[in-house]
Amino acid sequence: MLELENINKYYNPGTLNEMCLFDRFNLTVRDQEFVSVIGSNGSGKTSMLNIICGSIPLDNGNIAVNNVDITNMPEFRRLRKIGRVYQNPAMGTCPNMTILENMSLADNKGKSFNLERGTNKNRIDYYRERLKTLNLGLEDKIGIPVGSLSGGQRQAMALLMSAMTPIEFLILDEHTAALDPKTADLIMELTDKIVKEKQLTTIMVTHNLRYAVEYGNRLIMMHRGEIVIDKAEELKEALKIEEILDKFNEISIECGN
Amino acid sequence: MLTILLGVLEEGFVYAIMALGVYITYKILDFPDLSVDGTFPLGGAVTAVLIIAGVNPLLTLFISFFVGGFAGILTGIIHVKFKVRDLLSGIIMMTALYSINLRIAGKANQPIFSRETIFENAFLDKIIPESLTPFLDVIILLIIVAIMKLLLDLYLKTKSGYLLRAVGDNETLVTSLAKDKGTVKIIGLAIANAFAALSGSIYTQKSGFFEISIGTGAIVIGLASVIIGTNLFKQNSFIKVKATTAVIIGSVIYKACVSAAISFGMEPSDLKLITSILFLVILIVSYYDQRRKVKTNA
Repeated sequence: MLELENINKYYNPGTLNEMCLFDRFNLTVRDQEFVSVIGSNGSGKTSMLNIICGSIPLDNGNIAVNNVDITNMPEFRRLRKIGRVYQNPAMGTCPNMTILENMSLADNKGKSFNLERGTNKNRIDYYRERLKTLNLGLEDKIGIPVGSLSGGQRQAMALLMSAMTPIEFLILDEHTAALDPKTADLIMELTDKIVKEKQLTTIMVTHNLRYAVEYGNRLIMMHRGEIVIDKAEELKEALKIEEILDKFNEISIECGN
Repeated sequence: MLTILLGVLEEGFVYAIMALGVYITYKILDFPDLSVDGTFPLGGAVTAVLIIAGVNPLLTLFISFFVGGFAGILTGIIHVKFKVRDLLSGIIMMTALYSINLRIAGKANQPIFSRETIFENAFLDKIIPESLTPFLDVIILLIIVAIMKLLLDLYLKTKSGYLLRAVGDNETLVTSLAKDKGTVKIIGLAIANAFAALSGSIYTQKSGFFEISIGTGAIVIGLASVIIGTNLFKQNSFIKVKATTAVIIGSVIYKACVSAAISFGMEPSDLKLITSILFLVILIVSYYDQRRKVKTNA
């Protein structure tokens, strides 16, 4: 379980451009919940993910995982239990290292990076098997650098790598936004498969309303640092894209657009 | 002719070890580390003092290596813990080391002539036949360079080595792997400066004296070797050479160019000028080379 409690976050504090993003923001995500998060630009979606992962500091408030406070835990420690996939496919892999080396790195997450051989030969077949599930033919190219793959292929690898070791949470930051529609569909299906297979608690930020409605069992819409729609289970099932669009329009009018 | 060739090879090999260190910071870590200018003479100063004190010359190599590594750790801490920019961290360390090196050596010029070194000692006199003597230095250097290169190659294939490569390639991924990227950078800087200090130790034993100014421009020599080497043997060229080997070859080529410039009538005092002009030429050539390649590919 993940709890955000009374989160305050100001940008540029003490200056003329001071902006309050979160004012006593609260969110609780239960185990194995798959939350889709939507909202216009600047509504605080990515900031929320960054606060959860510890990429940006927060001004006030507490974050707890399974009732353990992690507010002051540095980012790299938190990420031991979290897998994160970014919008930019280049963020999740090392371009100058081979597919095999990247898989080996991901496989060693949570263990010590000591002077043992970097790639465990006995694991290569397992890596091939995992890569095969992507249906991209990567299992036959494990010797080539990841930098020579396409964005979609890299993102698929990034997704695979992020969930390679036992993790509890999967954080998806618009991870299909930089891909063409067909590849995006593929990555989304893959995401769903991995989430179900590994029973992960997932938070997915997306601008694709169809994905937000189709996937996951809870939907959140954010606006100016607040949650304006929060529907789970049956209520979410009943939710239509039109309703969300109406809400979007309502907000836009409010903003004077 | 043979003397010149041997001289180029010897100098090239001595600096190649430092160049391997610069390869780690510049190519792998993407960190322009100027502390090399201080750690190269640091190795020299430590070695001079130890040899005068009668320490085994082979042992001075190890001690220099560790002292250099320690200096590298300090550069890393300045950068990682105190958030000082990478270039500035190196400059701070390099400047501080200038005084420290003087303190260690006691004076700006410390001769160690007639002392035992790894190149001249009773053991070698006994086992090496007269006919091999002219080649002795280059053979010893080749052995050391080969060992260091192999060690580095092996290290880069370990889990720790993978992580080092990853931090230069994509810092975010290292964080995603639940590892502190700062620690990894410090490890990289330690190894790189250990190599530089080892190189300085060998340089001092080879030339028979420690001189405070040997560090000035060391980073330029290292960078030039790395850039020549890695550009000469790009991955797509038909001769496949490991990057570490390429760096060693680059160092020898670079020393050959400097030696050629001197034989064309430049004074030895022009050395640093030649060094920097050559480096500039290399940078310009590799830049236009890249542009040309991009154009032909497009």
